Amino acid sequence: MNIHEHQAKQIFKNFGVPVLEGFPAETPKAARDAAEKLSSGKYVVKAQIHAGGRGKAGGVKIVDTPEEVEKAASDMLGMTLVTHQTGPEGKEVKKLYIEAGAAIADEFYLGITLDRQQEMPVMMASTEGGVEIEKVAAETPEKILKATINPLFGLQGFQIRQLAFELGLSKSQMKHFSKFASALYKAYIEKDASLIEINPLALLDDDRLIALDAKMGFDDNALFRQKEILNMRDFNEEEPTETDAGEHGMSYVKLDENVGCMVNGAGLAMSTMDIIKHKGGEPANFLDVGGGASAETVAKGMEIILSDKNVKAIFINIFGGIVRCDRIANGIIEATKKVDINVPVVVRLDGTNAGEAAEILKKSGIKQLITADDLNDGAEKAVEIV
Amino acid sequence: MSILVNKNSRIIVQGFTGKEGSFHAGQCLEYGTNIVGGVTPGKGGTTHLNKPVFNTVKEARDETGTNVSLIFVPPAFAADSIMEAADAGIELVVCITEGIPVKDMMYVKKYINNSNTNIIGPNCPGVITADEAKVGIMPGFVFKKGRVGVISKSGTLTYEAANQVVKAGYGISTAIGIGGDPIIGYSYIDLLEKFENDPETDAVVIIGEIGGDLEIRAADYIKQHMSKPVVAFIAGQTAPKGKRMGHAGAIIAGSKGTAKEKIDALSAAGVKVASTAAEIGNTLSETLG
Repeated sequence: MNIHEHQAKQIFKNFGVPVLEGFPAETPKAARDAAEKLSSGKYVVKAQIHAGGRGKAGGVKIVDTPEEVEKAASDMLGMTLVTHQTGPEGKEVKKLYIEAGAAIADEFYLGITLDRQQEMPVMMASTEGGVEIEKVAAETPEKILKATINPLFGLQGFQIRQLAFELGLSKSQMKHFSKFASALYKAYIEKDASLIEINPLALLDDDRLIALDAKMGFDDNALFRQKEILNMRDFNEEEPTETDAGEHGMSYVKLDENVGCMVNGAGLAMSTMDIIKHKGGEPANFLDVGGGASAETVAKGMEIILSDKNVKAIFINIFGGIVRCDRIANGIIEATKKVDINVPVVVRLDGTNAGEAAEILKKSGIKQLITADDLNDGAEKAVEIV
Repeated sequence: MSILVNKNSRIIVQGFTGKEGSFHAGQCLEYGTNIVGGVTPGKGGTTHLNKPVFNTVKEARDETGTNVSLIFVPPAFAADSIMEAADAGIELVVCITEGIPVKDMMYVKKYINNSNTNIIGPNCPGVITADEAKVGIMPGFVFKKGRVGVISKSGTLTYEAANQVVKAGYGISTAIGIGGDPIIGYSYIDLLEKFENDPETDAVVIIGEIGGDLEIRAADYIKQHMSKPVVAFIAGQTAPKGKRMGHAGAIIAGSKGTAKEKIDALSAAGVKVASTAAEIGNTLSETLG
């Protein structure tokens, strides 16, 4: 799960990671009020969307007066931001964050994530702050400094010193960096974060360090014990059909093409999309109905797939293990009664009781249903239809 | 022989009396798996599925001499259960539980560092040695006895692969679902090594997917150490780039974990990679001739 910059900064504040004063705002008037409360010489108006690259796309404005804050806010609210992380459809700006400006001497990058190979968190720092850090990593990997953190002992003093020296910080700056880095790691570990990224991390004229930006992502598996984070979930940032699927124990990702897919298991679901493409078709979605594909989940899955008007055919690919295929076949038949199915449905059921399932489908006499012998056959039939 | 589990394995089930544990333990017993008991704290001294229930893994080990544990404990408590098994000296822990926090697994891996415990999973279908022991939730009948090993990140895709291996006229020695979580126990390399040394396995099928770099490391290992033929399939060739928030993951992995990178690495290591999931059986046939 991801959260907004202003929410991440609230967490930072609670852990003692320095941030600038700021307030969220959803109207131009509220933005102006926020600026008046901050009463600073400079203000930053920042679009709150779950994606990076806002600055380049016009989602960050620096202005001088509360009047200008109101004007910038009214321009920005409702605007669709397209950045390299939003996808081409972009994201609508519904919320802003108004911050006081600051006198910046230098900009760095600082992040923490899981190093899957080491199976430990790693802190990354770079002098190349405020730019696309992925480019820095690709072109000049020596400029990304890393410290792998043993979770049993936490971030050690020598690791902080190493990073600070390599970043070229002075002794006074290092003191601030030490506090900053320790607090940040504490936030990462205690909040079950999967990612923290600060770009830029600003060095101020008085040697203090401030998180100018803040991105946090969290381990979905840990949300059961992170109520504060769960409460920060913004449904506006999610595709409604994807949220709906999630509530029914399914995982759905909408794509732009026309062959709808319903599959049990994520790996098989991806493979089903792959084979559709291999046969010359284009998948409309990824849909993993999970382990216990029942009549209800199949019906719900159909409904979700068909809510996408581009869909011209559906390919149901289920390998029944513990879930018996005859039960799934009955589920499909029941789903056809609940949901108005206006496109052909190719069904491939294999595994436990596949033979009985084929009989059930054949006997049902539902004309939209086309049975397939195996994965290959099913993909070919689905692609042929569109 | 085969690897990891066989008819002599003495298996206990943690979370034995729960809904999932009961159902799947029943299926394993039906398959002929040597389940010697189970653990549910507070229910020690009772009997479930005609097997003794113990309060602790230590007690179960003392009474039954168990060496393998199959875990169905809910995600919030699963890490504790794995550590309990390790503390009791269980050699192989097969953790089916889905949804364990990454941080918990991070601590678990540190905990088992100084023990002789190894983990399969979590969030996986488990391990099966055909006709001997089913220690997991896979449909046993698909895995007909034979001489091909299977290692897979994905659940149902494991069944699909095994089904094709069998239909192609081969069969399965041992099949392992290693799970697709960020932190897992046994990985491809550990298991490839075991298959290489197993006289009852002639070839190995590995099933991977996008994300992480385990398949790329497996490719390196295969190139240097495997004399037995290896066939692969990688799922997610057409997966759209996820909407991302940051870059840190990609920077650390040094790769984006795309299907193409993995297929290229495996091909370069001499592994035949199936073009689609429907071609796994055919690709194996072509390789084995």
